[in-house]
Amino acid sequence: MIVQTIAFYVFAAVAVVSALLVVGNRNPVYSVLFLILTFFNVAALFVLIGAEFLAMMLVVVYVGAVAVLFLFVVMMLDINFVELRQGFVRYLPIGAVVGVILAAELIFVMVGTGLGTAVAGSPTPPIDQVSNTEALGNIMYTQYFYLFQVAGLVLLVAMMGAIVLTHREREGVRRQRIAAQVDRTRASVQLTKVKTGEGATGGVTGGGVK
Amino acid sequence: MTFTDLNLGLATPEIFLAIASLVLLVIGVSLGDKRMRLVAWASVLALVVAIFLTASDSNSGLAFQGLFVADGFARFAKILSFGAAAVAIVMSLDYAERENMARFELPLLMLLASLGMGLMISANDLISLYVGLELQSLALYVVAAIRRDTVKSTEAGLKYFVLGALSSGMLLYGSSLIYGFTGSTNFSILASALTGDAGLGLIVGIVFLCAGLAFKVSAVPFHMWTPDVYEGAPTPITAFFAAAPKMAAIALFTRVLVGPFGDMVGQWQQIIIFISVASMILGAVAAIYQKNIKRLMAYSSIGNVGYALVGLASGTQEGVSGLLTYMAIYIVMTIGSFAVILAMRRKGEAVEEIGDLAGLSRSQPALAYALAIFMFSMAGIPPFAGFFGKLFVFMAAIQAGLNVTAVIGVLASVVSAFYYIRIIKVMFFDQPTESFDRVAPTLRLVLAVTAIVITFGFLAASPFVDMTADAASVLFVE
Repeated sequence: MIVQTIAFYVFAAVAVVSALLVVGNRNPVYSVLFLILTFFNVAALFVLIGAEFLAMMLVVVYVGAVAVLFLFVVMMLDINFVELRQGFVRYLPIGAVVGVILAAELIFVMVGTGLGTAVAGSPTPPIDQVSNTEALGNIMYTQYFYLFQVAGLVLLVAMMGAIVLTHREREGVRRQRIAAQVDRTRASVQLTKVKTGEGATGGVTGGGVK
Repeated sequence: MTFTDLNLGLATPEIFLAIASLVLLVIGVSLGDKRMRLVAWASVLALVVAIFLTASDSNSGLAFQGLFVADGFARFAKILSFGAAAVAIVMSLDYAERENMARFELPLLMLLASLGMGLMISANDLISLYVGLELQSLALYVVAAIRRDTVKSTEAGLKYFVLGALSSGMLLYGSSLIYGFTGSTNFSILASALTGDAGLGLIVGIVFLCAGLAFKVSAVPFHMWTPDVYEGAPTPITAFFAAAPKMAAIALFTRVLVGPFGDMVGQWQQIIIFISVASMILGAVAAIYQKNIKRLMAYSSIGNVGYALVGLASGTQEGVSGLLTYMAIYIVMTIGSFAVILAMRRKGEAVEEIGDLAGLSRSQPALAYALAIFMFSMAGIPPFAGFFGKLFVFMAAIQAGLNVTAVIGVLASVVSAFYYIRIIKVMFFDQPTESFDRVAPTLRLVLAVTAIVITFGFLAASPFVDMTADAASVLFVE
């Protein structure tokens, strides 16, 4: 028990500190890396409370896809982050209002409100009898088999859409022709001596490599 | 749970459409864009087969562990949606080839959108509602932007996508609240658990759900995307948008409100009355200033959704039956009108202004008379079918005690008659300009069939009304 408590405080402390560093860091690349660290620590917290599926999803989806995407965007786009940072004080009140609303929502949830109760029964399976990966697998391929299939069709449409809207036939593209390559014999291969330092343009301009 | 528990037989049309679209995708990829016509006709065939499968199976029940429902209501809506989608694919063929957008993915995406419509109509759970809706919407966003080299089409696609994502978010938020306050997402369980009075949280959830669905049917105040998307999207795609997905979304709207929340009519009725009245008024007033005929049709469709929702607002079986009748007639009128708009080509260029129709009665009388029939019908002038559609929804509203709504509806209908009849005036009394190009044979066929149905539809009125009453009665069985 004591080990778990210590582990909780360590992971929680690292998560909070790295979350602060995500916001406070000057270099956006570091920010994204700290974000990944936060995700890992939160995943560890999920494992501690027995939500192992959620922990794995967090690592696979958020670290594996979302954070890496962030990293790509940060590195590839020329965004002036110093400029974005200006006006921090000006926007502080708005941020504070959002923070207060979120805190209020948390308190509402903890205290419990009189908005209404579930009338058709509790949806959560008993957590001590079945692990949640197993519980999810059990319903996903049986009860929700239909939704699983339709979700597959939705992804197919998304893929078709991306291809329809962006794929273009380009002229003059040299593609690898595997069959032709495999088909070659020693006799059909020709070695050409290329002069060094003259480039591949075949002497059209006579200039060297830029 | 065993495999037979899934009751796959009830979902035969959808399973067939899913497999057909996968097979056609492979065929399309191997044959390339040059054989787009083949893939398109195969898609039409697949939809026709799906219609037959839907019509021939009269079993009702739940499939996929209660996530999917097949009943008379679903069959009626599916036949209409699939039929409208098939006609839209046929109408898109010629246009796609002339406008350089002949890609085999176009009919396939329309096919997958139709599959999504089938799943929406048959949804019996908040999650299956969402995945069906998303399958349909995602395909629609892509086809709106299919002419990716024109600014208008890409703008239409982007606008539709961003606003559609927003509405999906609202819908999901509403669903999550409903789930949170009831503990179930299944319509059957919700229907038996929710009797009469409900908590505030649940009502907020229903409001968000209604907002998301109102967006999908383009009802005021969530209609802003409609004119821009209808104008920007390629014309046959606009015809598709205005017909098939609208039917599916209205059917879904009806099933959600009348099914699980049927006992809470008092809670959601005011919302539906408001959006239907607002849609009727906006559709009537805003369309007056339009010069572009596709924008005009967009406002007209907003107004028509308002009239259809009058049927839902009454919350009775007669109301839903009237709504189905109205939507069926609306789909035929819309497809016919868009067939005329597609025929508006001069020297190979598509023209879209109302002024371009000037003097059409002298250069192409058949086209002019067909459009005149559709416009008279939209304006609600007997004996054309549109009159009966309005008659049934307003009758249901008065029976349900919604006299004010019905009166506003009739007044809005009078205002809208102004712009419908103005088109007829332009065609018959204005000085002719250059005549249009020869109309493609497929379009002529579509025009002839829709015009005949609208003109002589009243002869088959009584069996048709029996059909819609049967379909509507399914939702009101306790």
